[in-house]
Amino acid sequence: MKNMMEVKDLTFTYSGASEPSLKAISLPVEKNKVTALIGPSGCGKSTLLRGMNRIHDLYPGHRYEGAINLLNADEKAYTNILDIKKEAELIRLRQRVGMIFQKPTPFPMTIFENIAYGLRLSGVKKRTELQEVVEQSLRDAALWEEAKDRLSHDARGLSGGQQQRLCIARAIALKPEVILFDEPTSALDPISTLAIEEMISVLREQYSICIVTHNMQQAARISDYTGFMYLGEMIEFDQTDTIFMKPSQKQTEDYISGRFG
Amino acid sequence: MRLIMNRVFIVFSTFAALVGLIFLGWILFTLFSKGLQGLSFDVFTKDLIEGGLRNVIVGQIMMSGIATLIGIPVGILAGIYLQEYGANSRSTEFLRDLSDVMMSAPSIVVGTFVYAIIVVPTGHTSGWAGVLALFILMVPIIVRTTDDMLNLVPIELREAGIAIGASKYHVTMNIVVRYAKAGILTGILLAFARVVGETAPLIYTSGSSEFWSTDLTGTFPSLTVSIYNLATMPDDQMVQLGWTGAFLLTTMVLIINLLGRYASNKKRSK
Ligand SMILES: Nc1ncnc2c1ncn2[C@@H]1O[C@H](COP(=O)(O)OP(=O)(O)OP(=O)(O)O)[C@@H](O)[C@H]1O
Ligand SMILES: [Mg+2]
Repeated sequence: MKNMMEVKDLTFTYSGASEPSLKAISLPVEKNKVTALIGPSGCGKSTLLRGMNRIHDLYPGHRYEGAINLLNADEKAYTNILDIKKEAELIRLRQRVGMIFQKPTPFPMTIFENIAYGLRLSGVKKRTELQEVVEQSLRDAALWEEAKDRLSHDARGLSGGQQQRLCIARAIALKPEVILFDEPTSALDPISTLAIEEMISVLREQYSICIVTHNMQQAARISDYTGFMYLGEMIEFDQTDTIFMKPSQKQTEDYISGRFG
Repeated sequence: MRLIMNRVFIVFSTFAALVGLIFLGWILFTLFSKGLQGLSFDVFTKDLIEGGLRNVIVGQIMMSGIATLIGIPVGILAGIYLQEYGANSRSTEFLRDLSDVMMSAPSIVVGTFVYAIIVVPTGHTSGWAGVLALFILMVPIIVRTTDDMLNLVPIELREAGIAIGASKYHVTMNIVVRYAKAGILTGILLAFARVVGETAPLIYTSGSSEFWSTDLTGTFPSLTVSIYNLATMPDDQMVQLGWTGAFLLTTMVLIINLLGRYASNKKRSK
């Protein structure tokens, strides 16, 4: 199978930091698969993920070295997203590589507008088309039944779990190729967590997914590949079964068995 | 020892609060009883020259209103610049400090400044000069509240906006400002309440007039300046009119402040 994204020897240094937070990291994100990132707090999982849609660029002064390749639409060649300079192209990149954050982030608008907003910015104008996509995205995010009667209500009135599903609906409305999840369930109750895990295993038929999680069972349950990071390095990357059953690195084994981290 | 200090402190602060409340109650009581005596329909339908307050009320509201209408975009844009685009650079900090200093500048100083740059060169007081003085007084308040309110917007919300492909401009205008809307509105109301009761910046700038006028290029009627003038007149009826004006002004400011409170409470309970 093809890789949708390939991080190659990425070294990343925050503005003003003396040490890089990522050291020569490589990570493939295979098409239509779920890739999980695990590792103790502060090892650089979020930093890596936030490089993959260049959200770091919101703040000046950081430094990237290496490459992050994204498969072109023709599926023949890759483009290094670190070469992108123009804001318009960065915007295009973020439409292709969506992101879900740890805390739900509903915009201060109605449920409908939360989803329609990104679509409008991407050029969709027709009301009927907006309505169609909003409905489809809410269905895909398993929120339609709960939300269909309150589309014109403020999205901040939803529960935390519903808000997170709204954020997912908002991301998939743009038909991205990759979705990045940064601990999407760590602020949610077990039932909402389960709903989102189920959704991710459905979403993977259409999207390529990379997810950061602190929950080892979650990684084991939903991912095809897992990367274990420690102190800014990729210690081990393999099929999830291998990582959890017979890891080749001592550190990975220690972490998975709960001996540190 | 700790306990005694605690007791003493409570007694003192209760006493201080009581003194404050007594004076406040006294002022309000006097104002209401004296002000209400003179309240009649004529106050609102006749101009000052005929013993009413119509022209000065309208003048006051016009000047404060126009200053607010110009002050809102200027203050909000400046606040947005400081918080969203200034990136905590040296010049941003300087602008922030400057605006804080301006906020505590005595209003008579602002009045004198406008007198020097507008009234002296043009040779006469005018409504526009009054508007300018009020504008200078209120913009720092709007800048400050906008800046503070935007600072409360979670950083994650900005990132989420960027992550769905919105530009910085769109994130700022459609998400960040909308999130802080209620707080900014409160700031505007408080700024308006602050200037609508000002006398000092108007005395030398707009002057005061006994006649109906909506022409801001000339001397302009003003409620606060007229209250000041009426209070010192020998004629009892004139003094009574001053009380009525003071009563109306207080009521107006009180209502605006309550509205501001209400708006900010509504925001917090969300
Ligand atoms: N804005 C920043 N400026 C400087 N250093 C930062 C910044 N953000 C994170 N770091 C540092 O980069 C390293 C990696 O942080 P990162 O947030 O990627 O860790 P993480 O693996 O996501 O941790 P967690 O599991 O707690 O979310 C940490 O040492 C952190 O202190
Ligand atoms: Mg993290």
